[in-house]
Amino acid sequence: MKTAFSNYLKKPTEAAPLAVFRIFFGLMMFGSILRFWANGWIEKLYLEPKFHFSFYGFEWVQPLGVATYGIFAVCAISAMLVAVGYKYRWAISVFFLSFTYIELMDKTTYLNHYYFISCLSFLMIFLPAHRYFSLDAWQSGKASKIVPAWTIDSIKLLLGIVYFYAGLAKLNSDWLFRAMPLKIWLPSKYDLPLLGSLLQEEWVHYVFSWSGMLYDVSIPFLLLYRKTRWFAFGMVVIFHVLTRVLFPIGMFPFIMIVSTLVFFDANLHHKILNGISRILNIDKKRWDLQLPNAMQPAVRKFQLLIVGFFLAVQLLFPWRYLLYPGELFWTEEGYRFSWRVMLMEKAGYAQFKIRNGETDTSFYIDNSDFLTPFQEKQMSFQPDFILEYAHKLADHFRKQGHENIEVYVESYVALNGRRSQPFIDPSINLLEQQESFQHKTWILPFNDTISEL
Amino acid sequence: MQRFLILFGALAFMLVACSDDDNTPQEDIDSFNRTAMLENWADNIIIPGYDVLNNAINDLNNATDQFVAMPDATNLANLRAAWRESYRTFQKVSMFEIGKAEAVFFRARFNTYPTDTATLEAAVLDGNYNLELPSNRDIQGFPALDYLLNGLGENDADILEHYTFNPNATKYLSYLRELVVELQTLSEEVHNDWTNGYRDTFVSNDGSSASASVDKLTNDYVFYYEKALRAGKIGIPAGVFSNQPLPQNVESYYNPEFSRELALIALQSTQDFFNGKSFGNNQTGPSFKSYLNYLNTIKNGEDLSQLINDQFDVAQNKLEALNASLVQQIQQDNTKMYEAFDELQRNVILMKVDMLQAMDVNVDYVDTDGD
Repeated sequence: MKTAFSNYLKKPTEAAPLAVFRIFFGLMMFGSILRFWANGWIEKLYLEPKFHFSFYGFEWVQPLGVATYGIFAVCAISAMLVAVGYKYRWAISVFFLSFTYIELMDKTTYLNHYYFISCLSFLMIFLPAHRYFSLDAWQSGKASKIVPAWTIDSIKLLLGIVYFYAGLAKLNSDWLFRAMPLKIWLPSKYDLPLLGSLLQEEWVHYVFSWSGMLYDVSIPFLLLYRKTRWFAFGMVVIFHVLTRVLFPIGMFPFIMIVSTLVFFDANLHHKILNGISRILNIDKKRWDLQLPNAMQPAVRKFQLLIVGFFLAVQLLFPWRYLLYPGELFWTEEGYRFSWRVMLMEKAGYAQFKIRNGETDTSFYIDNSDFLTPFQEKQMSFQPDFILEYAHKLADHFRKQGHENIEVYVESYVALNGRRSQPFIDPSINLLEQQESFQHKTWILPFNDTISEL
Repeated sequence: MQRFLILFGALAFMLVACSDDDNTPQEDIDSFNRTAMLENWADNIIIPGYDVLNNAINDLNNATDQFVAMPDATNLANLRAAWRESYRTFQKVSMFEIGKAEAVFFRARFNTYPTDTATLEAAVLDGNYNLELPSNRDIQGFPALDYLLNGLGENDADILEHYTFNPNATKYLSYLRELVVELQTLSEEVHNDWTNGYRDTFVSNDGSSASASVDKLTNDYVFYYEKALRAGKIGIPAGVFSNQPLPQNVESYYNPEFSRELALIALQSTQDFFNGKSFGNNQTGPSFKSYLNYLNTIKNGEDLSQLINDQFDVAQNKLEALNASLVQQIQQDNTKMYEAFDELQRNVILMKVDMLQAMDVNVDYVDTDGD
């Protein structure tokens, strides 16, 4: 067993898939940043809001005013350097840090696929993706046609985790037996040609729910197995194009489609690299003729340890919700960073009250005085946002000279088409509560049951 | 490589096919026809509403002319009546802040209150002011007219004095004239835009994005109900958002006996719009109500449109129980104002949370989570 494992770690494989992955990853990240910039979202999401919602423990990560554009510029440039493979280790490290910084600035914009990019770029720091078809390998003559197989397999495993866990998360009664939230989302796409009227049919919602679940849990295995690989890739393309057409999810479908190419044999990747060489008029032979040189064992051990630890965390972290009581979809404790994607249609309304504990006078808050519409929407149904906002309101009014401040909230949340119901205990002074990883006892119980894994 | 190319070709084809979405005939026999809803909104509610507002403001304009020509008690009474009538009609269209109305800040220009009387007096005397400036929103519109017609003095004689024997009488008259002309210009601008093309733009923008007509007007409607009606007319003056009641923030403050009526008209108009009721008669057409009922046949949830209508009725009863003068109500028994606010509030939740969720209306355009 032990020898089998150490043999596996020594097993070599062609470097071409890793090189192709690096190139496409860098290019798509570069494109994503430009798209984000061009849409005016830097201004809108990071400069316009009066304050930002922070991840617990990362309150020190804040937008830097106009310099925020600089972070995006650094991120875009490093993505491009990753694509061409110039000073790769530095480039991918800077990309990881700048991208993750951006995502940590305001959790209002949290998306699973941004988290996926952070995970992937972290992993790539420890992979020799610059050994082949890169400027690094061109200049220093350190090209290698061969890399350890585990380096490519670690990307496959990460992709597999994303899909498989997303599939497991769909094993819940709302998704499978009520076809929620697709039953809400699909009928509103009435204006799609051909599909529009079909999307009004209840059976279609169930077909989409079940096939989405089956797709997610099975696709990693279908991609791994040689005979089903092309079929699986076809499914990947259809699935992600469909999600792109139906939902506003930006670049993510394309990133996933291109990423799954890593499952294919080196033959395909050599063809892709040949194509790139022809277009850019590069001599691919320059890399091919080099002899493979072995990696330093010491470095390998260090890298292996980090990658192994990282993947173990990835496997375990999504299960942390089991440690919390209450309905996961309702409290969202342990919901993020777990590949739970598109599982909920949740909307809320939160009316905050500032009370003077001594004089027993109070007044309500107009949320639009403090939050952007997008922030208000996200805040209104997530308990950690509500708590942070309450504390920020108190800070604001304390500065204005108010005393004996207490903050209460009357809030209602509707989940997956159920009628809205009270969300946070309105008798709790939120200032007496602090953010922590403990269960939030002031979330009112969910008046229904969702069975889930 | 070949298969690879075929797949990417298919991908490209699907993307092209899916983005080419014009000229597809609507063949939804069993599904809800949103185009018909937009037509009902435009043809039976919004445009007739602006028609009537336009006429009312023309009457206001004529009454102003007569008053300026002869500022006496009879003409003042006529002018006040015309002001009240056009103010009433305005309540029925104020929620449609879309298209030209949005571009010219229709609601803010017509109805920002309380009026800043000091700035207004300074503008009257100076005679040099720009009503288009955002900073001057609170010296124009119906609330400024309220001040000029009802608030300049203790009694009618005092008020008329300002327009007759007062050394600045001509300045007051010309400012009054100016405000009414501005309202007429704005009202005609919005009305003409609807009748000269915007109606078709509005109806044909029947998609499901955040910028499509249904999503946009729905957002405007809910915003109006929450901010202008619930907060503006009841919550803010009752002191819900401040440390103490603010009776001076009551709409039509200088003629406070009119304030409850304005709030009631606004509430009735939002309910009528919810039910798709035609302007000026009892016909109903496709609306939020029928849309929610249709969506409910898919979802089998609770009867949301009935819940909302019931809540409208409850809120209306609470408003009717108030003193005709909300200023008096606040001073005598403010708890009733709070009660009315609470009942108005319940429909904010039903509409903003439950209705928007059922209709899957986007709040704003940003990427959401994706698989």
